[in-house]
Amino acid sequence: MSAAVEAQRAVRAARPQLQIVPLKGLPFVAIVLIGVVVAIARDVRWGLVFCHVVGGGLWTAIDLFVGFIIGPIIGRMSIPARIEFSTRFMPKMLLLMPTIVTMTLAAGFQLARQDGFLNTANPEHGWVVASFCVVGVMAVIALAYLEPANVAVLFELKKPQPDGRVIEKLMKRFVYTAGITGVMQVATLIIMTRLVSP
Amino acid sequence: MTADSVKVESLVDRKLPPVTEVGAASMIAVAVGLIYNASYLPKHAQTGVAVSILVVAAALQLVNVFLLARLREFAWARFRQVAAWALLAYAVIAGMIEYAFVFDHTRGTQLVILTLMLVLFALNVPVLIAFTVARFERV
Repeated sequence: MSAAVEAQRAVRAARPQLQIVPLKGLPFVAIVLIGVVVAIARDVRWGLVFCHVVGGGLWTAIDLFVGFIIGPIIGRMSIPARIEFSTRFMPKMLLLMPTIVTMTLAAGFQLARQDGFLNTANPEHGWVVASFCVVGVMAVIALAYLEPANVAVLFELKKPQPDGRVIEKLMKRFVYTAGITGVMQVATLIIMTRLVSP
Repeated sequence: MTADSVKVESLVDRKLPPVTEVGAASMIAVAVGLIYNASYLPKHAQTGVAVSILVVAAALQLVNVFLLARLREFAWARFRQVAAWALLAYAVIAGMIEYAFVFDHTRGTQLVILTLMLVLFALNVPVLIAFTVARFERV
């Protein structure tokens, strides 16, 4: 039996649960984003630290976990298993990642401003700029390659006859880019721990 | 004839213009521009450099508009559907970043340049997502 036919059968079994954007998750996204806006508007130190530390911790951990643990496992799965996993995993990532990235960056920028790290005369300014650069590289990879692949694979899975080769190609792109952002997260860990060490 | 026996040509090898690559290059320009400007906040970065980066990013997006306009056999309905929803999502994200800049008292030329970069960002990502989805869609 060809891989494409196997893929089609697996997709037919998994499709009833497939929802590209999990609508039930949208209220949680709204709550998080409103929370970030309130923390910024009121300059609440604890709120900003909470958003940055919790968001950053989740972002780093998820990137490392997907890039180095989940990614290689997906790569060794059979195509039907890969499809079944993607059907459940990808819609959640579609909501989760942009939310925690926005939460982390918005709060982090405010904290950098409050702590004077944005001031070019601050001795730690270079580290903040380095973190901007790391985030910039991750943003380009994630927004130009990873997220489009994530969305495209979900649309492919929704089709009556999904193309196994398309899914394989897109999942390969997803796994490789997740690995690269995982490596970039190691740089983030180094920069952030250096920044808060006196 | 069963579904298993249907042989449909895969769209995976389809040759299309390098919209993703050009969009990624524009994204790099936007990222460089935002980092350059944000590194100087609340002071002003050199306007000439910032405007040059902005022009490069905008020019690359215009190249993408040109490349997309020349496509004939393409799933435009799916492209528009995905682009519209993605635009909504990224407008919210860009709006939050803009809000942070305004809240931090960024004003004048600096704010205009940063806003235009955010507009390019919010327009570019939906195009990249919609193109990647629509390229694997049959017309």
